[in-house]
Amino acid sequence: MSGTLNIYWQSVIMFMGVNIILSSSLNIINGNMGEFSCGHAGFMAVGAYVSSVLSVALFAKSATFGAPLLGPAYAVWLFPVVLLIGGLAAALVGLLVAIPSFKTRGDYLAIITIAASYIVKSTIENIGIIGGARGFMGMGRVMDAMENTIHLPWIMIWVFLGTVFSVWLIRRFIYSTFGKGVDAISQDEIAAEIMSVNTNRVKLVAFMVSCGLAGLAGGLFAHILGYVNPGSFTILKSTEVMVMVYMGGMGSLSGSVIAAVAMTLLMEALRPLQIIKWVVIPLLLVLLMQFRPEGIMGRRELVDIFPGLRKFYTFKG
Amino acid sequence: MKRSWLLALFLILGLAVPARATDTIKLGFNIPLTGDVPDLGESTKNAAEMLKKKINDAGGLKVGDKTYQLDFIYEDNESKAESALSTARKLITEDDVLAIVGPQSSKQAVPAGEASNDLKTPMMAPWSTNPNTTKDRPFVFRGCFMDTFQGPVAAKFATEELKAKKAAVLYDIASDYPKGLAEDFKAAFEKMHGPGSVVAFETFTTKDVDFSAQLTNIVKANPDVLFVPQYYNEVPLIVKQAKAMGFDKPLLGSDSWGSGDLMGLCGDDCKGYYFVTHYAAAGAKGKTKEFIDEYTKTYKKTPDDVAALTWDGTNLVLQAIQSMGKLSGDMAKDREALMKAMSGITQFHGITGDLSYPATGDHNPIKCAVVVKIDQAGKFGFFRSVCP
Amino acid sequence: MLQSLIQNVLNALQWGSFYSLIALGYCLVYGVLMLINFAHGDIFMVGAYIAFFVCSFFLGKYGLIGGLPGWMVLALAVPLTMLLTAVVGVTLERVAYRPLRRKGVNRLYVVITALMCGLILENGNLALLGASRRSFPTLISTKVFHIGGVVVTNMKLTVIGVAILSFLLLQIVVNRTKIGMAMRAISYDRFAVPLMGIPVDTVIVFTFVLGSAFAGLAGLFFAMTYPVLDPYMGALIGWKAFIAAVVGGIGSIPGAFAGGFLLGFVEIMVVAFFPSTFRDLIAFTILLLILSIRPTGLFGVAQRTKI
Repeated sequence: MSGTLNIYWQSVIMFMGVNIILSSSLNIINGNMGEFSCGHAGFMAVGAYVSSVLSVALFAKSATFGAPLLGPAYAVWLFPVVLLIGGLAAALVGLLVAIPSFKTRGDYLAIITIAASYIVKSTIENIGIIGGARGFMGMGRVMDAMENTIHLPWIMIWVFLGTVFSVWLIRRFIYSTFGKGVDAISQDEIAAEIMSVNTNRVKLVAFMVSCGLAGLAGGLFAHILGYVNPGSFTILKSTEVMVMVYMGGMGSLSGSVIAAVAMTLLMEALRPLQIIKWVVIPLLLVLLMQFRPEGIMGRRELVDIFPGLRKFYTFKG
Repeated sequence: MKRSWLLALFLILGLAVPARATDTIKLGFNIPLTGDVPDLGESTKNAAEMLKKKINDAGGLKVGDKTYQLDFIYEDNESKAESALSTARKLITEDDVLAIVGPQSSKQAVPAGEASNDLKTPMMAPWSTNPNTTKDRPFVFRGCFMDTFQGPVAAKFATEELKAKKAAVLYDIASDYPKGLAEDFKAAFEKMHGPGSVVAFETFTTKDVDFSAQLTNIVKANPDVLFVPQYYNEVPLIVKQAKAMGFDKPLLGSDSWGSGDLMGLCGDDCKGYYFVTHYAAAGAKGKTKEFIDEYTKTYKKTPDDVAALTWDGTNLVLQAIQSMGKLSGDMAKDREALMKAMSGITQFHGITGDLSYPATGDHNPIKCAVVVKIDQAGKFGFFRSVCP
Repeated sequence: MLQSLIQNVLNALQWGSFYSLIALGYCLVYGVLMLINFAHGDIFMVGAYIAFFVCSFFLGKYGLIGGLPGWMVLALAVPLTMLLTAVVGVTLERVAYRPLRRKGVNRLYVVITALMCGLILENGNLALLGASRRSFPTLISTKVFHIGGVVVTNMKLTVIGVAILSFLLLQIVVNRTKIGMAMRAISYDRFAVPLMGIPVDTVIVFTFVLGSAFAGLAGLFFAMTYPVLDPYMGALIGWKAFIAAVVGGIGSIPGAFAGGFLLGFVEIMVVAFFPSTFRDLIAFTILLLILSIRPTGLFGVAQRTKI
């Protein structure tokens, strides 16, 4: 047995990190803004593919792209850039989805996001160069290149940094003056408009942040697996992320984090149940909805329950 | 008082540990028990359980001069790539298995293979056909022929036996296996008959049930044969709808047709068609027939190709273990030795045919394919064997 | 060319009929409760399985009674399937949705509960009945008619006919009966209705009965047309029918009906004219375009909120 954390638990923790990013980013739209977006997996897919294709083309030798454009030595330094580009691509797709959402009400947004998710998946399946349904490989070599340059467990580090970055970004966004507009929109959109909140702009930015972070999560996900395949990004994945958001409590950042951790652990812990597992998990959520529908945290944050935590950090404003 | 309890506890544990660690061989099974294709997981588990019972009841597996009981650990990968990865890692690091069998679908086999290879644990993928599963991975072994072999076999058969000059293909674009095989078939057929001889190359998405529009296009293009590399639950729908459209040309299938459930779902409509597969159930002799009979008796249904390939794959692993002579007890060393033993297999007689691994390169087996004809009694009859 | 066009129109009509039947169920529940019942697709699946067991029973496959002729089994199966599926739907409502309604929580929570109930139905089926696909027994043999180069089967015509009849029936129920009037009233103003002495709970139960019964009917005919059953068959169709209902205008019965056929048409025609690999891509893009031009759907009525 190895002295350090064994690799199975390492992957559980890494997937936990990805889930945290996914649930907290979806929380911006579904929780804080009170909308109903069902297509988070689609944005994740965009980020996953864009960053995977870029990192393999730039840093590794592959059958599809031939020799690396930049060489493996650059992998360590430029990898975060590649991830961010993946996030940006996802944010742009989010922009395309957000624009029709201005004119439509809540349930219609659900349709738009589901349709967008299908369109993304179908597009990926049709692009033969990156493998389509066969999937795309090569990220493992990028990871190896990084390890060869400086010997550290890079993928863990990137996931950790990505998670911290996302949570920090979301917190700054929500508590900023601009971000408070998101809250205002969820409570009463017309009143917010009257009170000088530029609802269109706020919705747009919120969407882009949310989708961009989903893309970041997708990029990390693809590199943890070393293989990306459109079948991983179906409505089922979106559903899982939604479960985490609602379990944690709409609008509560600490809630989404806690729910993501709990859900990942629960899925692993319930392995012995095999087939029954996927009857038990939705059943648990139904019971949760019945007896505590606001989720674990409701609309509160961790600091509201444990004011003592405030002394560990403060944010201006 | 407390100390004597602790001492007693340690003694008991101390006695218990050796008793546990000696005489079992643990194999892990990374299978989809839930998700899109639970029947794959069920077939795999059934075949494995049957094998385990057979060996354990006979006293266990004899390796050198010691006998070991078999312990199979089944984990569900939910048909998801990330679960397959976590499952593979868990089986290797937490459950300390000697080798892993599965995943079956390439979508999970590819990432799981990466994990197994990194952790230096032998992995047997009985059913995956994606080349990436075994590519550059000395620890991953495939149990079946690949699409790059099956596609040309099908094209050749269509040309020689069915006298086809124009072909049509209907396949699922969102799924790894049919997409790869359809493309390999098209390439091979067009090499034989010139570009454009595949007159209709229609697709649908997984879980679709209505193929009327695609079939309308296919009927219009008037091919001589329709190649359908799909699973046994989609084939009956396609066949029925094609017949309802008045399509009277032959249909050609691939190894995914080879399930015992096919005729139950398809009925009379599928009689008279051919498909390429690993083995023919009807007219099977010897060990193959024994397997089929026992499976049918135990589980009340005919085994499909996944079950048969799992049986062979697991047996191959066990045979390799036996050829190692002894197990040192050091997991890392044993896994390495097992990998070498498996690579060195030159003659494995399985129920799905004979198998050997090439001396160098990826562990893709050299295996013959069988063309099966569905006869008028609805049985899969051996028609021809095609070897590389 | 014209032939294959007509052929594809017929294909689209048949395929669209299923989307319509399921979309009608979504629409009823949404209109009355403002609830997207995501479990509806799985109720459809349960309906198909109920139909399977009912028909197998009457055909004598379980040996309890002697086999009955196909048409008689069908005649028995239709009301029985609808009834039993309605029971499932009502149970879901009683157990899962009503307690949440009583508490008056945000309707999003009910939607999540619906989603989860759908998952429970699917995986429960898998756990109980095993992973094998079931084959639906043939009740009526397929008769193929060739009319001027176009191929039609009796099943195709039956399915289209059933869809149209269901639509007409629902229109009559909703527009011409008292309880239909109550349903419409609830969709206009939830809170005023009980004040008028209308038993809201009864009306809601009736809505679920109607919606689930038609889902069951759809399940029966779907199983007859595409005779392979698996536990996950309802999920994808459910989501697509939901999209169809919204594009047609959710809350409006003609809207849901039209939306279902629209989606069926788009899917089939795209395959007819474009390479079939682009089907989902183009189909959903077209739907998005329609939604962006008419944000409330084709037949939807823009809802005005008073500040």
